[in-house]
Amino acid sequence: MQYALMIYSESSYLEGLPDDEREAAHADYRALAEDDRFVSAAQLEPAETATCVRLAGGRTLMTDGPFADTKEVLGGFCLIEAADLDEAAELAARIPAVRLGGTVEIRPLAQP
Amino acid sequence: MLEEAFRDEWGRVVASLVGFLGDFDRAEDAAQEAFAVAARTWPRTGPPDSPGAWLVTTARNRAIDRLRRERALAGKMHLLAEPEATVDEADDTLIKDERLELIFTCCHPALPLEGQVALTLRALGGLNTAEIARAFLVSEETMKRRLTRAKTKIRAAGIPFTVPGAHLLPERLDAVLAVLYLIYNEGYSGRVDLGAEAIRLGRVLAALLPDEPETYGLLALMLIHHARRRARFAGERGEDLVLLDDQDRSLWDLDRIAEGRAVLDRAIALGGRGAYVVQAAIASLQAHERVDWPQVAELYRRLAALTGSAVVELNRAVALAQAGDPAGALCAVDRLDLDGYLYFHSTRGELLRRLGRDGEARAAYRRALDLAVSTPEQRFLTRRLEQL
Repeated sequence: MQYALMIYSESSYLEGLPDDEREAAHADYRALAEDDRFVSAAQLEPAETATCVRLAGGRTLMTDGPFADTKEVLGGFCLIEAADLDEAAELAARIPAVRLGGTVEIRPLAQP
Repeated sequence: MLEEAFRDEWGRVVASLVGFLGDFDRAEDAAQEAFAVAARTWPRTGPPDSPGAWLVTTARNRAIDRLRRERALAGKMHLLAEPEATVDEADDTLIKDERLELIFTCCHPALPLEGQVALTLRALGGLNTAEIARAFLVSEETMKRRLTRAKTKIRAAGIPFTVPGAHLLPERLDAVLAVLYLIYNEGYSGRVDLGAEAIRLGRVLAALLPDEPETYGLLALMLIHHARRRARFAGERGEDLVLLDDQDRSLWDLDRIAEGRAVLDRAIALGGRGAYVVQAAIASLQAHERVDWPQVAELYRRLAALTGSAVVELNRAVALAQAGDPAGALCAVDRLDLDGYLYFHSTRGELLRRLGRDGEARAAYRRALDLAVSTPEQRFLTRRLEQL
């Protein structure tokens, strides 16, 4: 099965770290990218760059900012291939954001 | 006979079918069909030598039949390559027991707790939706949704049908034990005999995981508590709560207490020192004619260190008072931050009464009465107030 691992954290969590810890976090991300079960990943620009679009009275309406106004924002995501939820959760727990106070939401990709 | 086979075999049959089909709904449907066939034919032919294997084989054959009929073949073709087994040759030793896999799937932490509880009672316990709904005071419709949601998530999120590996086992076993204890405690309130069901599931779990001390600890705890259930309530409709000191011991089930103690010994022999083992040891001490209260207080101290729970500290204080130190107990109680908890106030009331501080005792009992919701609790506290 394919799963999306969506990484929620405070946007500046990597910047606030001492150099060696930040380097360790980057190394963990690289190690994850080399795992056989890794499919792809993307890191997002900070939530201040976000724009929401919706339809209001027949016109598209753009607003500044992310959809939900919470401290933890979507900062990136991974796609992985795993046998089951336990395996996906083990990979998710290796994402550095988890040990640095963030949350990873695991969602199975809809089967075509 | 059939009723008995149903209770004993339902979990095994469903487990085997979930393992075979990978789908809870199909597994339950096929199991139900097999039990219906048994109900029709066994009274005529007599039960087979291996009822469990007969039921599993019949259910599998029905499931394969149904898959053929529905032609819902996409992705399930491989099952049709399985030769149809002959029911007459079905032998219990040939059917793998997959109940442990089923327990860990039902109690997977990715499911909401209420879903874990409901699914465990349905898939392993064989209770129907209406019975589970009644036990948890919700409508049948709500319970049906709860079960459907849990089953859908298992399928869609890929929750595995496996016994977790060694690195995950302790944490996952904790989750399973928590579900069984929750089922047991629901039973304590007396609506449906879930207590007996929790004990049955505890026995199954202990038999399947014979080296895990906490499983025995929980089983011992439930057995000893359950043995005293008839003495805990009095009155025509069981509307009055009876404290340990006042319980009619002739209502205790002594065989069950002895069994609980033997199970506890096994837990301790396996090195069990966890929260369920300690609670079982406390229950065992409290089931003696003369209770060793200093020892009970010491065990509550250990339990408090394990759980960090203020309610456990409150129980330790009660044991201290029983051991002859109500003033020390009151000191310990007054340090606790449990203002919204009924038993905090009723315990203070009792300690103040023993220390001869009747006015303060009355105020504490009144506060407890404000917080009481169940009839036995209200009646008990009212009686206490009247006696002051």
